[in-house]
Amino acid sequence: MTELLYEDVLPGGSHWSFTVRRGTVLRLIDRDGGANVGMLFYNPANLLERYNAPDTLKCQHTFKLTSGNCLYSDMGRVFCSIIADSVGWHDTVCGNTTRAMVAARWGTKTYQACRNDWQLNGHDSFLVEGGKYGLGRRDLAANVNWFSKVAVADDGAMTFDAANSNAGDHVDLRFEMDTLVLLHTCPHPLNPAAAYPRAAVRYQFRRAQPMTDDDVCLNACPENRRGLENNRLYHLFG
Amino acid sequence: MLKESTLAVAAALHRAVVPAGDYWLHEVKTGQTFRIVDVDGNQAADTLFYNAGDPFERYSATDTIRAQANVYLGVGSKLLSTDGNVMATITADTVGRHDTLGGACATESNTVRYALEKKTMHACRDSYLLALAEHDHFGLTKRDIGHNINFFMNVPITEDGGLTFADGVSGPGKYVEMVAAMDLLVLISNCPQLNNPCNAYNPTPIELLIWGEGA
Ligand SMILES: [Zn+2]
Repeated sequence: MTELLYEDVLPGGSHWSFTVRRGTVLRLIDRDGGANVGMLFYNPANLLERYNAPDTLKCQHTFKLTSGNCLYSDMGRVFCSIIADSVGWHDTVCGNTTRAMVAARWGTKTYQACRNDWQLNGHDSFLVEGGKYGLGRRDLAANVNWFSKVAVADDGAMTFDAANSNAGDHVDLRFEMDTLVLLHTCPHPLNPAAAYPRAAVRYQFRRAQPMTDDDVCLNACPENRRGLENNRLYHLFG
Repeated sequence: MLKESTLAVAAALHRAVVPAGDYWLHEVKTGQTFRIVDVDGNQAADTLFYNAGDPFERYSATDTIRAQANVYLGVGSKLLSTDGNVMATITADTVGRHDTLGGACATESNTVRYALEKKTMHACRDSYLLALAEHDHFGLTKRDIGHNINFFMNVPITEDGGLTFADGVSGPGKYVEMVAAMDLLVLISNCPQLNNPCNAYNPTPIELLIWGEGA
């Protein structure tokens, strides 16, 4: 593991955004257990290129995300690769909480009454962070929900697993191209907890080691080899 | 659950056959019934819905599957928008299951899924982009091409989190029918996919029918 460049804690029920350069590893750590991190990815050089959950799933014949998986843009390129994961299952199809959903499940807590203990939702969080880059509701897409598991039965019924991620669990994302990252720590939309879950997440940046021939993401499936080749072509001219 | 429609084809207000590789962009008004027919079987109708009065509100796969707590669409499924509003309800279906996870094919994703050499082969997103460019009075662009429904596609999820493109459960003449809950703009790419065994590498036409409110 290379030198730690920066780390910080994002409190539960909040949002943030940043642009990372390719060759950076982002580690997300579930500080206290039961975290959820909603995340979206855009190409800062062309905001029309964004994370595509359907392509990510069907290119890798998977419904869940874990180590070995690449996260694809809608242009056949890889924003980032999951090079390590202690959790085993991350969701990318359930979307976000909305204001109405949070109010119905956990009551209304306004900023006026509760200050920073108000109850933010994932949808509004993405609108706020995206707005900083000129993105609006037209630009939202199916997001990743790190640390959250929703299993599917044969008949398609979905079940939220409240015991999926524990204190100290982490996932490492190696960025394969420059990427604008929007994120929030609002609850997973299927979380049935009695009180609004407010789980903090620690995040760390490090420089990535060069990709080797035995790389877990490169070798996970022939599709990833082709996706990463598309990245190589994209970077031919700088 | 399978459920047949009681509507007579002869009473439809609108009928159109769309060959594979073409698009269909049309309004369906509140209360009207809209049917998509899989004419020859195992074709994919890649479908997007927009609120005709505010097209930045559009079909949301994540809101739809979360609200019904199920990843497949069938009779009774309510198709939700990005604002959480019901856009349409599926009222008849002779197929039994439709995919809302797999998304549309694109030339770029074809390079990843099949081979780098596939990058010039016609794909659904090309049809979407052409449709929006030829109807630019709607003000819609690539920005607005979201996560679509694949009517007639069977994409089972396994309990350990796998995703498979299974053989279709559709067949010649099978259809899905829905009633619009708001004025809709419907954009369909009739998939030209030549690389996928689930249509036996043979894309075929679909037919679209619309009946008036209260039909
Ligand atoms: Zn297609």
